[in-house]
Amino acid sequence: MADSDGRQVVSINHSTEEDVKLQEVVQAKCEGKELTKEEKQRLRKEKKQHKKNKKDDRGPPEKEKEKEKASVLAPSKPATQSPAHKAAPVPVNASASESPVAAEKPAKSKAEQRAERRARQDTERASKQGKKEGGQQSASSKPKATPNELQPVKRLPEHIQVDDPAALKKLAKKLERQQVPLRSDYGYKVSLFSHLHQYSRKNPPTQQISIPATVIHPSIVRLGLQYSQGIIAGSNARSVALLHAFKQVIQDYSTPPNEELSRDLVNKLSPYISFLSQCRPLSASMGNAIKYIKKEISNIPSQCKEEEAKRRLQECIDSYINEKIILASEAISKYAIEKISDGDVILVYGCSSLVNHILCEAFEKQRKFRVIVVDSRPRLEGREALRRLVKKGIRCTYVLISALSYILPEVSKVFLGAHALLANGYVMSRVGTSQIALVAKAYNVPVLVCCETYKFCERVQTDSFESNELDDPDDLIVTRNGKTHLENWQTVKSLGLLNLVYDVTPPDFVDLVITDLGMIPCTSVPVVLRVKNVDQ
Amino acid sequence: MNKNNLVEYFRAQIREDPDVASAVAAIRSLLEFLKRDQSETILGLRENMTKAIHRLEETDSSVAVSSGGELFLRFISLTSLEHPDLSQCKNVMIERGELFLKKISLSRGKVGKLCHTFIKDGAKILTHSSSRVVLKVLENAAADNKRFTVYVTESQPDSAGKHMAQKLGKLNIPVMVVLDAAVGYIMEKVDLVIVGAEGVVESGGVINKIGTYQMAVCSKAHNKPFYVVSESFKFVRLYPLNQQDVPDRFKYKADILKTVKDLNQEHPMIDYTPPSLITLLFTDLGVLTPSAVSDELIKLYL
Repeated sequence: MADSDGRQVVSINHSTEEDVKLQEVVQAKCEGKELTKEEKQRLRKEKKQHKKNKKDDRGPPEKEKEKEKASVLAPSKPATQSPAHKAAPVPVNASASESPVAAEKPAKSKAEQRAERRARQDTERASKQGKKEGGQQSASSKPKATPNELQPVKRLPEHIQVDDPAALKKLAKKLERQQVPLRSDYGYKVSLFSHLHQYSRKNPPTQQISIPATVIHPSIVRLGLQYSQGIIAGSNARSVALLHAFKQVIQDYSTPPNEELSRDLVNKLSPYISFLSQCRPLSASMGNAIKYIKKEISNIPSQCKEEEAKRRLQECIDSYINEKIILASEAISKYAIEKISDGDVILVYGCSSLVNHILCEAFEKQRKFRVIVVDSRPRLEGREALRRLVKKGIRCTYVLISALSYILPEVSKVFLGAHALLANGYVMSRVGTSQIALVAKAYNVPVLVCCETYKFCERVQTDSFESNELDDPDDLIVTRNGKTHLENWQTVKSLGLLNLVYDVTPPDFVDLVITDLGMIPCTSVPVVLRVKNVDQ
Repeated sequence: MNKNNLVEYFRAQIREDPDVASAVAAIRSLLEFLKRDQSETILGLRENMTKAIHRLEETDSSVAVSSGGELFLRFISLTSLEHPDLSQCKNVMIERGELFLKKISLSRGKVGKLCHTFIKDGAKILTHSSSRVVLKVLENAAADNKRFTVYVTESQPDSAGKHMAQKLGKLNIPVMVVLDAAVGYIMEKVDLVIVGAEGVVESGGVINKIGTYQMAVCSKAHNKPFYVVSESFKFVRLYPLNQQDVPDRFKYKADILKTVKDLNQEHPMIDYTPPSLITLLFTDLGVLTPSAVSDELIKLYL
């Protein structure tokens, strides 16, 4: 370290000047003001300079650069920084300084540096065009990467690549550009699920936004908080809340001069969507709703006046909610009631708004049946379903999921809700659903899944590991008889708490899917998707 | 044409041509009804047609009549009926009706042509009760100079299997009648099982004479292919989950439904075979797997 002291001092001096400028910009961000174009450009230049300095002075202690990089990456970090986040910049920097050998020579002439910079930019541009997300590690983001642009590769979504530092870096950059706070992961993650985010409810992303927030619309901030705290839960509820928030956003929107509504509004929505996915990963239904809105916005003709365009968009959103959710549930109830006969014993799991609606309608139509509600920790959503059904006057029984095989011989039908229906016929639903379907199949009890068509998605998944959601691990801590055993689970190094939210049921266990288009077997989901795409 | 005339016409059709499928006879009667109908509006016409279909279902309670009638109605009203003159609309509908009738009269031949290639030389075939489509398939195979033997179940309570054996005997095909209870016993000897269908449901399962489900379960246990041959007008928009879920109006004969009070004392005439037990379905739309039936139905009905 001794011989590099001099250089160290130089580099620190170098960086402090730029640091000051950076701090100003960072402050501006903290205050929630939108950066002007010039400030954004300046920020970009600073970063490039930083990178170049790092490479030229090889060997400055990584810790210094780490701190600076960290401060650049996440401008408004609260003091209570979890160790996991600090860890992220370290591998990123390690990769950066591990960069190709050519840059290791000290004291290059200016001309050489310029030529090298040009060559780097060229190859970076080339590699950007044929970019492959998942497989890229340190070297590939640097110039020496051999770009494999021969076949267009589908990009993996960011939220299932949490253990890939390059993807994380990309996300951090994107969020910084959109001025959305980056939420940090919490606690030890079980290794099979280390590619997913795990957030704590005690640390909502809304804490990092100042009030009044000018970058993100307040109704979106409120929505994000409601999602992250679990106040709004359930696929339909989340989509409807999202659409209502977007209606408010559109209402308050005003086109800036020299911009077109159809393009600018879509750009305005992107940071909101990033923010919401930081609060809680988007569901398939929300994804479809967002796609629909973006399409509608970009289809607004340019000569349309602003008031007219806004009114039209509000109407579109209203009709989407009405058609795809409300009327769809009416249609599904109509078909489902045909399947409920007198004397039936129906098993339901958790709280699905659609299944509850069907049972209430069937009861009103004078069908004689009784319901068994199966529930599971830690969410205990079954209690809400039980409350609603008993209020109507339906005879109910309540069991926990561990009593399933005991109660199944009594059951004549199983009604399940779905979070999404995948293109290969698999049903994605609340964790525990596939268990119920499996045991029901073993007892030859028919399993009916009720799902609106707007929840159908083009994804394909065969297991519950690839893409899932990890909820707050602290939810599993429970106090019984005054003792809380798992209170200090973080101190035990080899202990991980896993709180999964979704699981995936294969189509062999599902006998029938009831959608607003009618009753279809599970294998016909791609047919419906095809028909829908033709319609649009 | 009033309801009684319609039923008379229907019965006459079946008497004259015993080889015709009951659904085809029903559709011919419906076409005749359409030609003679006197209503003033399209809506009135549709209502009359629906009532006529119900009347025919009461006469012959098979699934095929119900599905054939509904498909007929859909097919003729699928065109845009925007002519201001009612008689012109009616002519368009009658034309389409004739077209539909022609198509379905040819369907049995198409099925026969498709299926007989699956019968290898020296095969032993098991079939259930009396199906005209299966007969056509075996006829085609025999005409192709293939040698095979056929086992037919007796199929009580109406001993339809014996009629089938007689018809096969006339075609010089070696045939043996077995008891319904002997299906498990004979299964190890046969190479494949071919049955007809009264109706093909949305899940890809079939509704057929009682005893078909048993045969399907046995053939699955012995790993023998279980083929179903059926025309496409038998595709129906039902989705039974189990045996109990099949509507009562299909399970029993029409006259029993009208006279008997307690249906629990009666024996059902049909049962439901779920799609997991069926290997392939041969229809005039092609050779389908059970999961493709839903695809076809969506195309037909949506």
